[in-house]
Amino acid sequence: MTKSMSETMTEAMAAAPLLHAEQVSKSFAGMARAALNAVSLCVPAGAVTGLIGPDAAGKTTFMRLCCGLLRPDAGRITVLDRQIGRDDAAIQAEIGYMPQHFGLYEDLTVAENLTLYADLHSVPQAQRPDRFAQLLDMTQLGHFTTRLAGRLSGGMKQKLGLACTLVQPPRLLLLDEPTVGVDPVSRRELWDIVYRLVATDGMGVLLCTAYLDEAERCQQVVLLHEGAVLGSGHPADFTAHLNGRVFGVRGAANQRRALQTQLRQRPEVRDAVIDRDRVRVLLAPNTAPPANAAPPWVPLAPRFEDAFIDRLLEQATQRHPPMQVAARPEPSALAEVITVSNLSRRFGAFVAVDQVSFAVRRGEIFGLLGANGAGKSTTFRMLCGLLPASSGQLSVAGVDLRTAAAQARARIGYMSQKFALYEVLSVEQNLRFFGRAYGLNRQRLRERLDWALNEFGLAPLRQQNAGLLPLGFKQRLAMAAALLHEPDILFLDEPTSGVDPLERRAFWQRIDALANAGVTILITTHFMDEAEYCDRMIILSQGRILIEGSPAEVRAGARRPEQPDPSMEDAFIHWISQPAAPEHAA
Amino acid sequence: MNRAATGGGIRLKGLIIKESKQILRDPSSLAIAFLMPVILLLLFGYGVSLNARHIPIALVADAPDQTSANLFAHFAQSESFVPQHAPDLRTAERWLRERRVDALVHLPADFSRRLQPGSPESAPVQLIVNGVDANQARLIEAYVQAVWGLWLSDHLAARGHRLNRPITLEPRIWFNPELRSRDYLVPGLIAVIMTLIGALLTALVMAREWERGTLEAMMVTPMRVNELILGKLLPYFVLGMGGMALSVAMARWLFEVPFLGSWWLLIVSSAVFLLAALGMGLLISVTARNQFIASLISIIVTFLPAFMLSGFIFDIGSMPPVLQALTHLVAARYFVTLLHTLFLAGDVPGVIWPNLLALAALAVVFLAASRRKIRKSLE
Repeated sequence: MTKSMSETMTEAMAAAPLLHAEQVSKSFAGMARAALNAVSLCVPAGAVTGLIGPDAAGKTTFMRLCCGLLRPDAGRITVLDRQIGRDDAAIQAEIGYMPQHFGLYEDLTVAENLTLYADLHSVPQAQRPDRFAQLLDMTQLGHFTTRLAGRLSGGMKQKLGLACTLVQPPRLLLLDEPTVGVDPVSRRELWDIVYRLVATDGMGVLLCTAYLDEAERCQQVVLLHEGAVLGSGHPADFTAHLNGRVFGVRGAANQRRALQTQLRQRPEVRDAVIDRDRVRVLLAPNTAPPANAAPPWVPLAPRFEDAFIDRLLEQATQRHPPMQVAARPEPSALAEVITVSNLSRRFGAFVAVDQVSFAVRRGEIFGLLGANGAGKSTTFRMLCGLLPASSGQLSVAGVDLRTAAAQARARIGYMSQKFALYEVLSVEQNLRFFGRAYGLNRQRLRERLDWALNEFGLAPLRQQNAGLLPLGFKQRLAMAAALLHEPDILFLDEPTSGVDPLERRAFWQRIDALANAGVTILITTHFMDEAEYCDRMIILSQGRILIEGSPAEVRAGARRPEQPDPSMEDAFIHWISQPAAPEHAA
Repeated sequence: MNRAATGGGIRLKGLIIKESKQILRDPSSLAIAFLMPVILLLLFGYGVSLNARHIPIALVADAPDQTSANLFAHFAQSESFVPQHAPDLRTAERWLRERRVDALVHLPADFSRRLQPGSPESAPVQLIVNGVDANQARLIEAYVQAVWGLWLSDHLAARGHRLNRPITLEPRIWFNPELRSRDYLVPGLIAVIMTLIGALLTALVMAREWERGTLEAMMVTPMRVNELILGKLLPYFVLGMGGMALSVAMARWLFEVPFLGSWWLLIVSSAVFLLAALGMGLLISVTARNQFIASLISIIVTFLPAFMLSGFIFDIGSMPPVLQALTHLVAARYFVTLLHTLFLAGDVPGVIWPNLLALAALAVVFLAASRRKIRKSLE
């Protein structure tokens, strides 16, 4: 079955590849390693080709080479039968390119942005009404044509970016991480649009993504690592050899993280992640699961993510032991470290956060989930004391951070969405700065600096400027900076957006170690699989809490006959698409 | 049919509409184009004057008598001075040090005696001027001499004598007969303002596109580089000409600066200069891809030279030769000359054409250089 599929694919590709790259290499001045090294691949029509790889693999560089924004040092790229570098304008007229940060004109409206791209592509006036109606209908932006692009939510912006790219139906569509920072609902909508166009118009798509479930849906996947192709084929081709190496181990609902840590330390286990109520285990080649283990190991069908991790860990030099964190002192009385009651925030007539109440206990990982614009970041900023509340009470470690003394603030660590680092300072200088800002004395600063550099694998990069680090390393550095002063409470605002699966695993391993040591963690994320790591979570929509509970409870609430075992993403979409619940329901 | 080759007009129109809407919705561009000229013109037109007036001056006579009182009365009558009588020289010197006065005039005890006809020695008047501001010091020196000269001729006339001078200078001042420094400052200031509007605005808006990543997706469309450049230049050209019209209107009707030249030449010179300024802005924005650096560079390489090396305030002829040579690269220099000429002297072909040609040459150089540097590429 699988084989025949990939054979068909090969035939289709041989027939008429829309894009054909041969031995493409590219280096940048000042970088030790070539960004791309003799990369060859084909993108066929009528299919989605995924270019998958960890951070700094060279995915974006390849995309830019394909649309003529960069010139290759060696090799040749043929797009739509024309060689890149000869008549780029003709190629650019027939392809669509959506860069990672699609720069919409924020002071133009939705309709004006579309019109600009229609003008740039010289779409005849007569065709425009139909085309616009179709695009607006597809993206569900029809009601927002007169809204300024700057006032759209993150998901809507991405959809508008896609609509601008599609205004002249392209034969080849290049998408560079189109779903970073986009909530699951908008993400599904984006993919529906793309797959519909592939099916109806026979468009070819080349896609970079950090979401491996998106990779799994591609008809062809090219695995890129450190600028070189590790393998390519149908996603099923990658997982075929993993049969018999993937297992599910079911543990007690509140012990999943402990079980995961325990399993990960076994020598034969290559990867262990939490997947619904069980821990998903990937074994190293030629090893067997323990006989008569309790709880039992149940064989599972391998996923593309297993294959991806397997391939990349083969490349990795060593595994990192769990992080060492000093246990935080047991609190005297305060079991609930964060309490929020009837918290509201209004911006003019707009209610961003509406009567939100919840409590977080010491050592808990508490997740704040919601679609773009649901009020997560606003809630977060109020808790951190960055924004005053319009009404309601909140207390963090017994105080309101907005009015608290510096002493109370020193117990908090904060990592913002954009990793607020000084880009022109080196890794070490950044850490020193944040350490001093938190008032660490010379002796302690030195200890903590050594700890951070070793723990986060930043020692070899200590002299490098933070701005030049790959995203995953920036995230490590930002987290190290937030942990230098050993805070009791950690606020993490989308810490894993755009970070590849390997880095995210390492990140959650550290979070787990911190929680075990008694650090309280409040986190927002768009990765639904990450929500499984939370002890408890809330899902926000339009400023209100839709549901609060453990991941198992949230999933259980979304169980339906047609969906007996919903994933967290299914559950999230279920809750978000509920009709607006009456206030204080259940 | 090759779509890329056709449709240039539609693309350009789209870009111009986009840019114009952005200008209209972004108060900062409008403020730079219209508010800044108003503020700068009001500030310079009313606040800054190169004429010295109401200078505080200390008057000391070691032996006050009728003669000294008469001389001091002349100072009191002068528009230029606000005299203060000091009891002795030491006090006057202290006032000078404390900056209560800018100069002191000292008549020694034997002043009246030496002034008597037939006295073998001439009568000394001691003038001490605060020389920190050299320009002001020179003005004060000249004004004091003028007052003193006037008094002397009055003094002699009262005695039935005539001041016996072998040569009399009869100056007539052309182009600005009243020597109003405002008439000279305001046209020059227009050149400085236009430099800011032209260069700063384009440098910032291009840098903003880089910063916000709006160009990356746009570059992968059939849009040509020429269309991108024209789409930027035309709206800002119109905006700049609007700012220019406002400045000229203020100069003419608020500050009542005479305008002797012809309007069409003013429009042509402004247009050519604006192209040069826009070209500089584009060139800066290609190099600096963030707004902060772009604004710093524009101020350092366009605004400051326009201010200091254009002859707007500081006379180019009195600069060291190296700086004089450097001023030839400053577009504002030619525009300042053109504006001074058109406003105060009229159409003087010998001045207009060389300066206009030099401006045109600079405009071509800057625009061509930006055209060469802007490519549809991220490298």
